Amino acid sequence: MSGEKDLEQLKKEAAEKAKAAALAKKKAREQQETEVSEAVAPAEDEDLAKKKAAAAAKAKAAALAKKKAEEQQAGSESEDREDEDLAKKKAAAAAKAKAAALAKKKAEEQQAGSESEDREDEDLAKKKAAAAAKAKAAAAAKAKAARAKQESPEAVGDDAKAKAIAAAKAKAAAAAKAKAAAKAKQEGGEASDDAKAKAIAAAKAKAGSKGAEAPVAEVKPSVNQPYLDKYVKVIEEHLGNDVLEDSYINRLSKDVPTLVAKRETYYKVVQFLKYNEQLGFDYLSELHGVDYETHMEVYVHLYSYKNSQSVAVKVKLDRDEPTIESLCPLWAGANWPECEAYDLLGIKFLNHPNLHRIMLGEDWVGHPLRKDYEPYDVEV
Amino acid sequence: MLRTEEMLLNVGPQHPSTHGVFRLILKIDGETIKEAKPVIGYLHRGTEKLAEDLQYTQIIPYTDRMDYVSAMTNNYVICHAVETMMGIEVPERAEYLRVMAMELGRVSSHLLWWGTFVLDLGATSPLLYAFREREMILNLLNELSGARLTFNYMRVGGVKWDAPEGWVDKVRDFIPHMREQVKGYHDLVTGNEIFLNRVKGIGKYSKEDALNYSLSGPNLRCTGMKWDLRKNEPYSIYDRFDFDVPTREEGDVLSRYHVRFAEIEESLKILEQCVEQFPEEGPVIAKVPKIIKAPKGEAFVRIESPRGEIGCYIASDGKKEPYRLKFRRPSFYNLQILPKLLEGESISNLIAILGAVDIILGEVDG
Amino acid sequence: MVQDLLHSQPGILNFGIFFILALVLLLVILGFVTYAILAERKVMGFMQLRYGPNQVGGPWGLLQTVADVLKLLLKEDTIPKLADRPLFILAPVIAFAPSFVVIATIPFTDKLQFADIGVGLLYYIAISGLTTIGVVMAGWSSNNKYALLGGMRAAAQMISYEIPLVMSVLGVILLTGSMNLNEIVAAQENVWYILIQPIGFLVFFIASVAELNRIPFDLPEAENELIAGYFVEYSGFRWAFFMLAEYVYMFAMASLTTVLFLGGWLPIFSFLDFIPGAVWFALKFSLVVFMLLWFRSTFPRIKADQLMEFGWKVLLPVALANIFLTAIIKELLSLF
Repeated sequence: MSGEKDLEQLKKEAAEKAKAAALAKKKAREQQETEVSEAVAPAEDEDLAKKKAAAAAKAKAAALAKKKAEEQQAGSESEDREDEDLAKKKAAAAAKAKAAALAKKKAEEQQAGSESEDREDEDLAKKKAAAAAKAKAAAAAKAKAARAKQESPEAVGDDAKAKAIAAAKAKAAAAAKAKAAAKAKQEGGEASDDAKAKAIAAAKAKAGSKGAEAPVAEVKPSVNQPYLDKYVKVIEEHLGNDVLEDSYINRLSKDVPTLVAKRETYYKVVQFLKYNEQLGFDYLSELHGVDYETHMEVYVHLYSYKNSQSVAVKVKLDRDEPTIESLCPLWAGANWPECEAYDLLGIKFLNHPNLHRIMLGEDWVGHPLRKDYEPYDVEV
Repeated sequence: MLRTEEMLLNVGPQHPSTHGVFRLILKIDGETIKEAKPVIGYLHRGTEKLAEDLQYTQIIPYTDRMDYVSAMTNNYVICHAVETMMGIEVPERAEYLRVMAMELGRVSSHLLWWGTFVLDLGATSPLLYAFREREMILNLLNELSGARLTFNYMRVGGVKWDAPEGWVDKVRDFIPHMREQVKGYHDLVTGNEIFLNRVKGIGKYSKEDALNYSLSGPNLRCTGMKWDLRKNEPYSIYDRFDFDVPTREEGDVLSRYHVRFAEIEESLKILEQCVEQFPEEGPVIAKVPKIIKAPKGEAFVRIESPRGEIGCYIASDGKKEPYRLKFRRPSFYNLQILPKLLEGESISNLIAILGAVDIILGEVDG
Repeated sequence: MVQDLLHSQPGILNFGIFFILALVLLLVILGFVTYAILAERKVMGFMQLRYGPNQVGGPWGLLQTVADVLKLLLKEDTIPKLADRPLFILAPVIAFAPSFVVIATIPFTDKLQFADIGVGLLYYIAISGLTTIGVVMAGWSSNNKYALLGGMRAAAQMISYEIPLVMSVLGVILLTGSMNLNEIVAAQENVWYILIQPIGFLVFFIASVAELNRIPFDLPEAENELIAGYFVEYSGFRWAFFMLAEYVYMFAMASLTTVLFLGGWLPIFSFLDFIPGAVWFALKFSLVVFMLLWFRSTFPRIKADQLMEFGWKVLLPVALANIFLTAIIKELLSLF
């Protein structure tokens, strides 16, 4: 059908794709090579330094690069196979044509491709923009990983086009998977599929947030994504662009939108979440701390009875001097949980009305849930 | 001039009405409480610390010891958290067994609460009546799990054992019996004038207060908040059952009493449907790896226990032990409002108010 | 018989006879207490789907209380270091002695009575009030906050309920024209006062439960609030004395109720008078005791402020109205 229409172009595209695949493969290899020395790669560091503390960034960048490489390899491998077999390639080209049309063309094809994707149905223009943006982002990320500085879309125009198609294809696959998962209400999804989709999505999210400063309106196969976008949008509208360190959908935790606030803006963000009319998170469901050895983290789970929506807010603290504003002025119910976090992890909450060691007593030495805790015993 | 002096009174940690090792330091003027300061931690066993060195299956028995009155819900919450992280689909039959076990546990928990609450108010007999039915439930759960209180019945991916022959029929027979008894309980206590005088209008708080203090469960629903995780965020197979979320508007001790009683009825409704829909056969545990390793990442799930919202947070680094495990324990959160409620009340009311919060100290102290 | 003794010469023999008689009465009462406790436990057991005592002394646990008393005798007698020692030791005695003294005036049958005094009823009420002193003393001297609260509650409760108690029997006194308990029984030859004085009986019965500190009026002890109230620091036989006082009062109050409202030893119908009076008395008395046990296993405890409110705002006005009503009716009847 649509494949007949511009077979010529498709063939060209396929060729381009093969080229792109080869390139990607090469890049992936390059990446893998550089990965070892990634930890000290200066260009990468400079770029990332804007976002993250240097030490954390290194570890993350390594993980990120690995993930990206995996993704790319997965893509390039399948394309590689296509290269080998011409007959297969034609069949694949037809499929690809569909995917290309999906990315480029209009409603009918899209509906056929991803019927359950409401957002795609609703907003095609947006989707196109999203695809483009993602392609850009992907291109940027890849380019960065490979050659660090070639971010201009013109410079990698051909590449970008090919990649856009590839990205759209991957997305379609992810969408299909997500559809299956959604149909089974996230119960029926195979673990492996889920994990794969998750990995792709996570990698994309990372790439997106890293590669492009502007919020990338990505369409991810999560029912909660629109909510997360809304929260982020509202927060950025009111509190500025730099209050959130990160925001993502936590797939492991029933797709709960997760916001990572900065240490300085944590209280402001939570306060905003509670009092903003659109958000209205009026219930503190849970508050606790986690010791991640590199840093401390406070995890707050909020719930909005008005909108029947959850959100998780996290904040990273300096491990040696973990202090953070108390949420007691907002919720009286934060009192004891904060005492508990103080008692077991040593996180100090400022402005807390009565911060004391609620479980162990004031004469206890050390904070047991810290990973480096040594039981204190006078007898020994 | 007549002069009164304030006096410090230690209620607990050994006191018949604190239901465990809970301590309240009261500043009283005569019998009027000026200030109440709760002290907890006497039963802190460091479950969360211990769990960091245990495999997921090994943690389950520890959860039994938290809320030892309805251990099944605790079993469930950790299994549910791990299943959510790993994306395990639990077999149908296992889900039904779980729901039945949890609802039986809910009924027995509310029964125990009723008995001890009324005992706190000075009526001795209802406790024994409550224990009669609770005994039947414990026997049922005993047949299912092999234990009467600390069941350790659920596993990641399902349950440990299938129900024995004829167990479901026993549950079926139990439901009408329980319904009959609930009527009797109402006749015995609910209409009693002395009882009503002691609980009506006592320990009142508004919906806003309840949300502010992070209350959950019957303590929240008694203020008119129609909120039950089984209904509003269905987990397991609760979306299949037709049941109501009982609420009251008053927010006093009596309303909490009524909510809990109505919940017994609703649980019986769920049990009834479970018995009807119970699949003839099938596996009771999903295919899970021998050594359970939750994927790297974190998850927080919450479910509805008889006392409110019980949650489980797992941060995993992909190993077979959790990196960090945290339980959101409803009693711990619900108890926070106590000092506010006690201000200006008398010692007699203290007993009624504390009783109506329904705390389990094993859960408060973790 | 006691009247004769009172009029005889004082001497060692007569003293001995008095002493032995009193001892016999004490033993009878101790026997009652022993089996009242057993009965309470058995009745409560049956009402609560339990068996109650069933090991010591056969399947009915007939010797259970004896064993318990023996255990109490063997228990270590502890006195808190900071207690007011003399008062602490004296308190159980002061609490117990009046309970035994009031029994002297109760006419069990027309013949079996120790002291037939003209103001028997007044005597009873006056003496029984003394126990509260013992209770407050115990609460104070224990140097324990719970005990103090219990003692204070006991004092407040006694004052609040003694008054309606007295007021409720005024109707009976009006109708009889005497405070002598024998004459009160005799006046019920035809119809018991429970039928003529139903309001008076209700007020009296409620107030008497409150006087006995039994559920639903057991605030001074209130196990779930004050742990054991005024005797929280007592152990062994001192503690047993308080319990003894409580059960002896139950005996006395049930007897008084029988005498005042249920016609004492008189048979229910006159043709049944071949049954001895003692049996009739025992039957009615048991019924009253059973009512008390029944209350105990049914009702929750009332609240302190509600107790006061109920005493002053409900019972007292009702009792006063009852007196008024009785007086009017009596005057109207005497007109015709």
